[in-house]
Amino acid sequence: MAYQNIFTQVQLRGELEPGVPLPAGNDTRLGPFGFTYWMGKLGGTQIGPVYLGTLGIASLIMGFIAIEIIGFNMLASVNWNPIQFVKQFFWLALEPPSAKYGLHIPPLAEGGWWLMAGFFLTASILLWWLRTYRRAVELQMGTHVAWAFASAIWLYLVLGFIRPLAMGNWAEAVPFGIFPHLDWTAAFSIRYGNLFYNPFHALSIVFLYGSTLLFAMHGATILAVGRYGGEREIEQITDRGTASERAALFWRWTMGFNATMESIHRWAWWFAVLTTLTGGIGILLSGTAVDNWYLWAVEHHFAPAYPPTGVVDPATLPGAPK
Amino acid sequence: MMRKFGTLALVLPALMLAGCEFGSKTQTQVGPRGSAMVQIHDTSGMKKIDAVPAPPYPLTPDMLTGPKASATYQNVQVLGDLSSEEFNYTMAAITNWVSPDDGTVVNGGCNYCHNPENMASDEKYTKVVARKMLQMTRNINSNWKPHFAGSLNASAGNAGVTCWTCHRGNPVPKYNWSASLPDPKTIAGNKYGQNAPAQSVAFASLPNDPFLPYLEGKNQIRVQGTSAYPSDHVVSIKTTEKTYGLMMHMSQSLGVNCTYCHNSQNFANWSQSRPQRAYAWYGIRMVRDANDNYITALGKVWPANRLGPAGDPKKIFCATCHQGINKPLGGYPMLKDYPGLKGAYHMGPADAAPAAAAAIPVAAATELTKPAA
Repeated sequence: MAYQNIFTQVQLRGELEPGVPLPAGNDTRLGPFGFTYWMGKLGGTQIGPVYLGTLGIASLIMGFIAIEIIGFNMLASVNWNPIQFVKQFFWLALEPPSAKYGLHIPPLAEGGWWLMAGFFLTASILLWWLRTYRRAVELQMGTHVAWAFASAIWLYLVLGFIRPLAMGNWAEAVPFGIFPHLDWTAAFSIRYGNLFYNPFHALSIVFLYGSTLLFAMHGATILAVGRYGGEREIEQITDRGTASERAALFWRWTMGFNATMESIHRWAWWFAVLTTLTGGIGILLSGTAVDNWYLWAVEHHFAPAYPPTGVVDPATLPGAPK
Repeated sequence: MMRKFGTLALVLPALMLAGCEFGSKTQTQVGPRGSAMVQIHDTSGMKKIDAVPAPPYPLTPDMLTGPKASATYQNVQVLGDLSSEEFNYTMAAITNWVSPDDGTVVNGGCNYCHNPENMASDEKYTKVVARKMLQMTRNINSNWKPHFAGSLNASAGNAGVTCWTCHRGNPVPKYNWSASLPDPKTIAGNKYGQNAPAQSVAFASLPNDPFLPYLEGKNQIRVQGTSAYPSDHVVSIKTTEKTYGLMMHMSQSLGVNCTYCHNSQNFANWSQSRPQRAYAWYGIRMVRDANDNYITALGKVWPANRLGPAGDPKKIFCATCHQGINKPLGGYPMLKDYPGLKGAYHMGPADAAPAAAAAIPVAAATELTKPAA
């Protein structure tokens, strides 16, 4: 029962662990600072050590500037009223330039701030990507996390930079804001004839939902064999042990076949990475290669045909009003 | 204890996110299975249908004969083709509908529009407006029949509007729109016409004045391309959001969801749409006609207190008549009691839009609907 709760049951207390020494050229790390009970409920209970580094500090500064631009634009839009800022927060946005500006640089109040926020946010994200890559190398790990992060950045860049460039208009990009970006998403699907007929969108959904399914299956399996040491997954790649044996049998009997302690992590990694990789392709093709996904699906014979209702577009009738 | 706390921490947000709406619902399937074409109504939350006021007194057939109003009275420009008795009856009804003298309207009653010393005088602006509105009503009833084509009253010729359909006892209909003030030039207080919890678009962050661009003039509302591949059809996502905003207004004005008209497989596809979409299409053009050629056309007749913040008159949209119900007044055939409001349009030969042409194809009926206003 001890492993069937979302909260960690076991919290280690001992000497603080500063981590492995790193080669020369790395900054000194700050901390570790101590233990916290509540963080320990969810994850590691030790706070720190923190590594700032050049890339990290640069990224934080860029990110801070971006958030400030977005936040102050939102605050300005409610006439600098902090109460309205909180009340309307989910509706507020920093909007991209209007279509008339194309790819030109608009005045600050008409999308210039959006362009600047986008620049700083992108710089921040790319610097943080470099950091994930470099930290992994310095720790002599694989760079799997950095490449997975790169896949998410690909989708972000397609939405806010690459596709607007391809369409020749910043107005095509997504606004910064909670509801506004959701309305943008719905409008995007309507504009391009129903995004559900975009095969790359379909693939992205498969990998997204597949990721959650794999995550649940894997987490459940490991917790279920925790009493046999099932969480020592890496050792069990080569030395299966009774936990792996039982888990494998369980899946063979309930699903028909089973992953291994290594392959399950490859599946999960690829599913997650392909979610945003395929999603980005789907967005990039909308409006550039395909303008109406429904009609495209009709052309390729995979849109279901319902009985026609017999309704005719009134605009096509003779003498139709405008 | 910790377990209970943990369970609570799991269940509570789940309940809050579930968006459960208690109470009984009615469901009506309106399209093919599996296409989500169903109308779901929370029976307790459905808009109540307003009572329709009874005619001021019975209109008997013999009252329809006799001298014409144009002969009996002076300066009768629109309803002159009615018998004097039907004219009086119609005036009594209009007074009840628009400026009743039951105390609910300041200076209500006949004198809201008329100078009691000289009923023929046009000195009160309200009389000039009322005349234009009578022309508008007759124009709607005779030239915009396709909008009412789905009405059960259409075959009897009783589908259409009266003053009551919009006014409901108010001199200015309760549901109206006028242009919002233009955005400021700086970012202070600038929402760019959207990103506010606005009732007009059902509290989405969509552009919340879709009326100015689409419910007057002739702007294109459609956003999707008619080819699978890119063409010269360029419509931005921002423009799409405006159309989306207009659709939200239509949806909540009629108390229906998207699939009342559209098959969401493809919103643009007419051959999968319900006939209601065609009625709505005419409705949009009818509203533009009424706004452009009647309400806005009154121009300086409108006093300052009848103008919106941007200086334009208060105009109509779907909610003005529908008021949350797909068929205004529950489809009550009110027009049967007021034949004088059905009449053809009488502005001049240039505007002769033959009512007979309102048959098939439906679009032809509105071909000539451009009254010189």
